[in-house]
Amino acid sequence: MLDKLVMYLQYPFVRYALIVGILIALCSSLLGVTLVLKRFSYIGDGLSHVAFGGIAIASVLNLTNQMMLVLPITVISAILLLRTGQDTKIKGDAAIAMISVGALAFGYLIMNVFSTSSNLSGDVCSTLFGSTSILTLTKKEVWLCIILSIAVVIIFILFYNKIFAVTFDESFAKATGTGADKYNLLIAIVIAVIIVLAMNLVGSLLISALVIFPALSAMRLFGSFKAVTIFSAVFSVLCASLGLIISILAGTPVGSTIVAVDVVGFGICYVVGLISGGVRR
Amino acid sequence: MSLITIENLFLGYDSKVIVGNLNFQVNTGDYLCIVGENGSGKSTLMKTLLNLQAPISGQILFGDGLRKNEIGYLPQQTIVQKDFPASVYEIVLSGCQSRCGLRPFYNKEEKALARENMERMGITALANRCYRELSGGQQQRVLLARALCATRKILLLDEPVSGLDPKVTIEMYDLIEKLNNEGVTIIMISHDINAAVRYASHILHIGASVFYGTKEEYVESDTGKFFLAQQGNSQQTKNGEAV
Repeated sequence: MLDKLVMYLQYPFVRYALIVGILIALCSSLLGVTLVLKRFSYIGDGLSHVAFGGIAIASVLNLTNQMMLVLPITVISAILLLRTGQDTKIKGDAAIAMISVGALAFGYLIMNVFSTSSNLSGDVCSTLFGSTSILTLTKKEVWLCIILSIAVVIIFILFYNKIFAVTFDESFAKATGTGADKYNLLIAIVIAVIIVLAMNLVGSLLISALVIFPALSAMRLFGSFKAVTIFSAVFSVLCASLGLIISILAGTPVGSTIVAVDVVGFGICYVVGLISGGVRR
Repeated sequence: MSLITIENLFLGYDSKVIVGNLNFQVNTGDYLCIVGENGSGKSTLMKTLLNLQAPISGQILFGDGLRKNEIGYLPQQTIVQKDFPASVYEIVLSGCQSRCGLRPFYNKEEKALARENMERMGITALANRCYRELSGGQQQRVLLARALCATRKILLLDEPVSGLDPKVTIEMYDLIEKLNNEGVTIIMISHDINAAVRYASHILHIGASVFYGTKEEYVESDTGKFFLAQQGNSQQTKNGEAV
């Protein structure tokens, strides 16, 4: 088995997949805690459907670099969704559901009407569930992913205390002069970037898993924000590596294997939390 | 000059006036209680004082070297906070955020300030405990310590005793009184007119009729007499629970 793994690791595309997979898992887990607590667990799903719509438009327009179109569309949607406050007419979950379903429908419609490919359902399926595309990454894409991931991690560390203050109590932060709106905007942009990156890995339907499972698992076991954040990052990286290795060895689909490992990991954390008393709920 | 001066203030949403023509001053060391029925505009006034909402017209002037962001605030608890994984120390420290500006991390001075305020609120022993495991009274102390990190001068408290049992309620009022005696100016929103009359130095009653004056003037006024009698009755029937 180990021989087989070593053999596979000699191929550059396998190494690329591992690098990208681990980086994306790390990034998506960082903001997971914030999103779960702000009741935005499903934003990953919503935004990834928007990104799906964007990809549909990009492929109809025959754009060579789909990223150029998909990223701005997703960022704008993320800003619209997270620009909460008391004065929005359509709130949290309803807004996400609306944007998500709408974008999905239009994306599929556009793909269908202006179809350029002979295998339409195959294309759609691979965008939704993550395809083998993580195994066909080019060197350029890998570098883009590395740069964006490093940027996300640095931004998160630099703004860690501010993100905490704004998430825990937005009105207190505002009242004492911390520009909460500014940081909400920052959070929205970072999330959009992460989601566009992660679509390659697990596809749009499973993205939420990468965001919420690490956070929820960590919250079972720890009671401080710092410990929860660190544990969820470690958890996410471990699960993603394990999932990738299993899928390479067993030939299972990458996205669903990673998510399955995440679910098992959450189960373990849940049980450990119950036994150790963990954090009382 | 007064710490805060309110002149001809009109408050409301979407240009619909909820409460109008407010005029009052808050001086250093005052203990002002804002009372009134639900929907009378207490929370709107609080939000306006905190600069979270713009008034329809009128002015709020800050004096005595008080800057807009030097107001400590004890908000009502939100659903988000009920299951937030954060330690007591992390939350108290986050009160120092406004001192940081763009600096990403807290410095020694701010960490010391957080510890000092935990000591003041008697929650040093809880420093590493998780916030959501604490009792209601302990949680309020944590939020109070955080508010004290943001200010040395003035605290705005929004219903600080809602949801607390009678014994803890009295402890909370005593704690606030202690802070007031140490020189912190207090502005408190409350449903509990009896407590307001017991602890406050000044009372602002908003609603159909607006009253502002010292506690003694309030007890003698028609508004005061009417509402004190009314709350006395409702408290007998509801067994002390704030209505």
